[in-house]
Amino acid sequence: MIEVENLTKQFGSKRAVDNLTFTVKQGEVLGFLGPNGAGKSTTMRMITGFLPPTTGDARVCGISIIDNPKAAKTKVGYLPESAPLYHDMTVIGFLKFCASIRGLKGAANKLAVERAIETCFLESVARQSIDTLSKGYRHRTCLAQALLHDPEVLILDEPTDGLDPNQKHEVRQLIKRLGKTKAILFSTHILEEVEAACTRAVIVDCGKIVADGTPAELLAQSGTGSLTDLFRRLTTAEVKQKSES
Amino acid sequence: MTSLTIYKRELTSYFAQPTAYAIIVIFLALSMGLSFSFGNFMRVGDASLEWTFFFWHPWIFMLLAPAVGMKLWADEQRTGTIELLGTFPLSTWSAIIGKFCAAATVWLVALLLTFPIVLTVNYLGDPDNGAILAGYLGSFLVCCTFLAITMLVSACTRDQVVCLIVSVAICVTMVLCGYDDFTRELAKAASPVVVEAVVSFGVWDHFRSLNRGLFRLQDLVWFGSFVFVCLLGTSAILSAKRA
Repeated sequence: MIEVENLTKQFGSKRAVDNLTFTVKQGEVLGFLGPNGAGKSTTMRMITGFLPPTTGDARVCGISIIDNPKAAKTKVGYLPESAPLYHDMTVIGFLKFCASIRGLKGAANKLAVERAIETCFLESVARQSIDTLSKGYRHRTCLAQALLHDPEVLILDEPTDGLDPNQKHEVRQLIKRLGKTKAILFSTHILEEVEAACTRAVIVDCGKIVADGTPAELLAQSGTGSLTDLFRRLTTAEVKQKSES
Repeated sequence: MTSLTIYKRELTSYFAQPTAYAIIVIFLALSMGLSFSFGNFMRVGDASLEWTFFFWHPWIFMLLAPAVGMKLWADEQRTGTIELLGTFPLSTWSAIIGKFCAAATVWLVALLLTFPIVLTVNYLGDPDNGAILAGYLGSFLVCCTFLAITMLVSACTRDQVVCLIVSVAICVTMVLCGYDDFTRELAKAASPVVVEAVVSFGVWDHFRSLNRGLFRLQDLVWFGSFVFVCLLGTSAILSAKRA
């Protein structure tokens, strides 16, 4: 469903993403881990077609995001990191607008919006202006936007960031449920989330994959049974190497 | 189709917030105020509205048009919603067209709301309504030109204030460039080629002929190509920013 091939992004002299290759199959939830600045968001922005890669390609449901961006984008639902929204709109107005851009008209539009509102528990604020919403609701409104067209691929950039423990739990359950039929790639730096929601996880550091496996495999790899230990060992190794050289 | 969706959203956004109302009210107050005070509307007896009414429009637009256009891309970049637009299945071009048309519509409404002055001259005198229509077209085209410049500038920055200041500076230059007093002074100091180049960058040459009720193809081409180049530039800047 998502095939990333030798994806590289160069910003000036800085290589944010370095020759990344991985795949996410249908029914798989891939946790994308890594410290801040590891290149997680940049990778996601390239797969969703927001940023053009310097080299390499990403295919969504077999469609290249470089050769046929418009068709590929119809297959993807994307939640950006900061959950951006148009603050002058109401929740329902915003979702209708997004559905309409996705080509959903009339009854289909209404149905899609109702379904997304229900899935993301937004009924109580549906007619409220986005400006007046709390962070948790804003995040869920943006998540609802990603689900509108029932995409085969979901790309979620830190979907649980800034949510309270109850909301975090709900979103994890939602990801788990949706992951049964879709291919989901989601980034996080909360390591418990990997065990709670992922079928597989990769750890990236400085734009490269440093570990890849199921949560159980990663735990075994850590030696101590703690993902935090593995994460720290893998993502601080390069910092040490750099400071030594 | 997606252009239309973007257009509707932008237009609703203008009228859901005080922006459009404030600008329309200020425009109406200024255009009428200037017509009746400095324009000597009652004394001159100019039923074509050329000097009393339309003359003031470029001066008002150079300050107010950027205020309508400044948010178009700057806000999108500041709040990060550009990332949503960039990952929706729509082309940058259709977003640009939708946004530009929405801003232009706000000005169209503002211009249409000056209709009492047309009724007044028709009541008091016997004007050539075709010429008045041409005057309105000229005003609207000047406004569209300034909006296109603002849009280009707003693609460059995420700060609306910076966008406003830079766009106003460019628009003021364009208004001054072809203004008679300015060109007369310039002619004393510079060669005729330079003067001609400066004048052709200004809006007056093209605005004035429409204002007199003269539809010249060259003016329409000038306005059209100016707007088109600015929108093309907007598209290029937005793409270049992502690369």
